[in-house]
Amino acid sequence: MKKALIFVEAKDGKLKKGSLEALSLVQSGGFETVACALGTGADQLSGELSKWGVTKLYHCSDAKTDSFNPEIYQAVLQEAISKEQPSVMIASSNSHARDIFPRLAAKNDMAYMSDLTDVNLEQDLFKRPMYAGKCNAHVSFLGDSAKIILLRPNQIAVVDATGSSSVEAIAVALPETSGANETTAVEAGQSEKLDLTEADKIVSGGRGLKEAENFKLLEELAAPMNATVGAYRAVVDLGWVPHSLQVGQTGKTVAPSLYIAAGISGAIQHLAGMSGSKNIVAINKDDKAPIFQKSTYGIVGDLFEVVPKLTEKLKSTL
Amino acid sequence: MRIFVCIKQVPDTETRIKLTGDSQGIETNGIKWVINPYDEFAIEEAIRFKEANKEAQITAITVGPKGRVNNALLTAMAMGADDSIIVNTEAQLDALTTAKALAAAIKAEGGHDLLYAGKLAIDGNLSAVPLMLAELLEIPHASVVGSTEYQDGQVIATREVEGGTKETFQLKMPAMITANKGLNKPRFASLPGIMKAKKKPIKEVSLSDLGIDESASKVKFTNYELPAERSEVKMIEGDVDAQVNELVRLLQEEAKVL
Repeated sequence: MKKALIFVEAKDGKLKKGSLEALSLVQSGGFETVACALGTGADQLSGELSKWGVTKLYHCSDAKTDSFNPEIYQAVLQEAISKEQPSVMIASSNSHARDIFPRLAAKNDMAYMSDLTDVNLEQDLFKRPMYAGKCNAHVSFLGDSAKIILLRPNQIAVVDATGSSSVEAIAVALPETSGANETTAVEAGQSEKLDLTEADKIVSGGRGLKEAENFKLLEELAAPMNATVGAYRAVVDLGWVPHSLQVGQTGKTVAPSLYIAAGISGAIQHLAGMSGSKNIVAINKDDKAPIFQKSTYGIVGDLFEVVPKLTEKLKSTL
Repeated sequence: MRIFVCIKQVPDTETRIKLTGDSQGIETNGIKWVINPYDEFAIEEAIRFKEANKEAQITAITVGPKGRVNNALLTAMAMGADDSIIVNTEAQLDALTTAKALAAAIKAEGGHDLLYAGKLAIDGNLSAVPLMLAELLEIPHASVVGSTEYQDGQVIATREVEGGTKETFQLKMPAMITANKGLNKPRFASLPGIMKAKKKPIKEVSLSDLGIDESASKVKFTNYELPAERSEVKMIEGDVDAQVNELVRLLQEEAKVL
């Protein structure tokens, strides 16, 4: 039987959406599914994982693993890999997974691919964006090496969990470390907002906002929709907002269900980063702005009039 | 002190991607090739380290066809790298094979104290090669690093992850650092720098010199597709109030996203 190892992440005892996406992929195709989790409460996930047909849970719930450390995370996952010899490992393509899985691929001589947007394990179909979404490519795995695949968030449909497997919980002791890489501080972010790459709705601003101060207008627009604020490169370069908000080829590639671009004319490198969005709304005073050609809905108008009115309307409607 | 900076040459961000006739790749004719933008932060970081540690030697290293990637190495040396290594190949290697080639070439140099690379290359967006290389060299890494401090053979590296959370790692050298935008402000190559770069050594090695099988790749990109054309934009007319009301109606009733 083919075996899949899923790296699962949870918050307050609930599996994160990215982990549900990974688990969804192996609900058909005749996989035996094992999981690996770290952090306080990791040992309590058996109940949730049972619904997904998981047969074994490797967990390290030592409080020290609440802070991310690549060496420790890698060692715990390695324990599960060595014992289980999975043919495929799946995780959500986030900062932590991207930090450790390339090393695991090298260590175990496995094939590696991140940011998959379309996966069918039974049909051996894998697709991902290239050049920040300027085109897509299929991924062919050559030979029969085991593979590691990381899924881009919000792209794989979450299916209903209908299983009720018995889950064998296997505790992994906190690994000894070399001392070559110590996590010395983790400072929780102020923002309750989802990261751009995980956000379902994004409100993004460009030079049309005229000055840094005016990003407030976008934050106000984002609030009633629970959207995340993004930005065009030029205004990041001007220092108005941090690079973590940049959408585009040298920033983040995003594909939310709604992307509102205010005062963004639509340079190629920005369009590359956001054109995968399902619905794009452009608000721009220049009716010739290239952004309109990539948009679902367009409003030619002054964003300083349109955005506050839209904010009010959303507040009263939602 | 020996420092290696791994660089990759990529199509400029303004490039409009066209596919080859058989859709098995992109049309490279007419592409302007540049150093991967994130690699510039890696090069700058190495140069700043050397400015504080004069005895350090900075080697820029890349894998690719010599005729093309030579330029990227010249730019790195014009900025301040001391010399370069090119693993000359026309082959399309996957990330792991590339990392194995880099590891073999770096090991052959006899020693390494610090390695730098960009956090990702903007063509494949894989962000895997530097971390695979760190694993193959059995050294610690910090990825997507936004700030660094160096003290007594250690690197203190801080990065930001989802939700604005900041993680700080203390690494013992030798270590690999992958650079995010904002780590520093990369310098431009000066004219004297460009003249000097032409005299700096570029060492050329082949995959067979390194014992790497060019057909060892486990992953290949095939069947490229351009994104589906969007249906024509629906322009919303009227005064601002009418536009806003209509937009919200469309988002709720047609797009069903609110």
